[in-house]
Amino acid sequence: MAAGGAGKVSVLLPTYNERENLPLVVWLLVRTFRESGNNFEIIIIDDGSPDGTQEIAEQLEKIYGSDKIVMREIMSLLFSSGTAYIHGMKHATGNFIVIMDADLSHHVSIYFIKQKEGNFDIVSGTRYKGNGGVYGWDLKRKLISRGANFITQVLLRPGASDLTGSFRLYRKEVLQKLMEKCVSKGYVFQMEMIVRARQLGYTIGEVPITFVDRVYGESKLGGNEIVSFLKGLLTLFATT
Amino acid sequence: MTKLAQWLWGLALLGSAWAALALEPPGLHLPAPFRQALLPLPLYLLVAFGCYSLATVGYRLATFNDCEEAAAELQEHIRVARAELRQRGLRF
Repeated sequence: MAAGGAGKVSVLLPTYNERENLPLVVWLLVRTFRESGNNFEIIIIDDGSPDGTQEIAEQLEKIYGSDKIVMREIMSLLFSSGTAYIHGMKHATGNFIVIMDADLSHHVSIYFIKQKEGNFDIVSGTRYKGNGGVYGWDLKRKLISRGANFITQVLLRPGASDLTGSFRLYRKEVLQKLMEKCVSKGYVFQMEMIVRARQLGYTIGEVPITFVDRVYGESKLGGNEIVSFLKGLLTLFATT
Repeated sequence: MTKLAQWLWGLALLGSAWAALALEPPGLHLPAPFRQALLPLPLYLLVAFGCYSLATVGYRLATFNDCEEAAAELQEHIRVARAELRQRGLRF
């Protein structure tokens, strides 16, 4: 078993109505960290979910210990990952921060932790390289994904192959610095983080991830998102 | 410099070079074939870029991995997770 190393990892999980997925994500994370020997904590930031997500989180806290699972509630008018991260970071005691969605889209894998040993400031999951990929996507969805990514690469030249995949590991100081500088919302925020990180000279490593279509619950992707993606992309194009 | 500024700069540079050569200023006598090719050059480049884009996106679409194994593994993990958590007292 690998030695824990000098780092402690804080995982930030923003949740909204993730009652079904949350126990499974936590279980997977606990298992992954136990295998890798890393010291860790999981911070669940719930935005006032009406489906009982918080109750599940509290049960998990009892099962795994409150040094490992921490539940925090925020009530924001508009659920924004950015708010959740800022709030979560205040309570994070690790020197590495992992940000991921709680919807099980991203198969938690062990080697994102190993990858940090390349001493990167940021490690980002990519669906487009290596044996990364997707499952359960039809042709249309794949086309939109590849098309959008192509436009992004041409316009922003970001130095990372997958910008919107929200599965990342950051050094804590790096994340704090980036949060100060980034102003976008939603997943454009994720894109902005990588673009600004490159400008600031941070090193970015990539790890293939698999994006399995949502097991439970409804995906938050809608037709509006394409329009807002383009708006966000053009904003980044003009401001970074 | 923002990306937009870089693009505008680049386009201005190339654009003025093209205009200087292609629009026949007095005192510059390029051979006829040159001038004939130069004039529609921006259009050719645009079309070439369009073809490159289509080919690239098409290739990437075709090689987009489908992760059957990962999906199966995930289902298995979910099964084990539910059983273990139930055993540890989680009320789903």
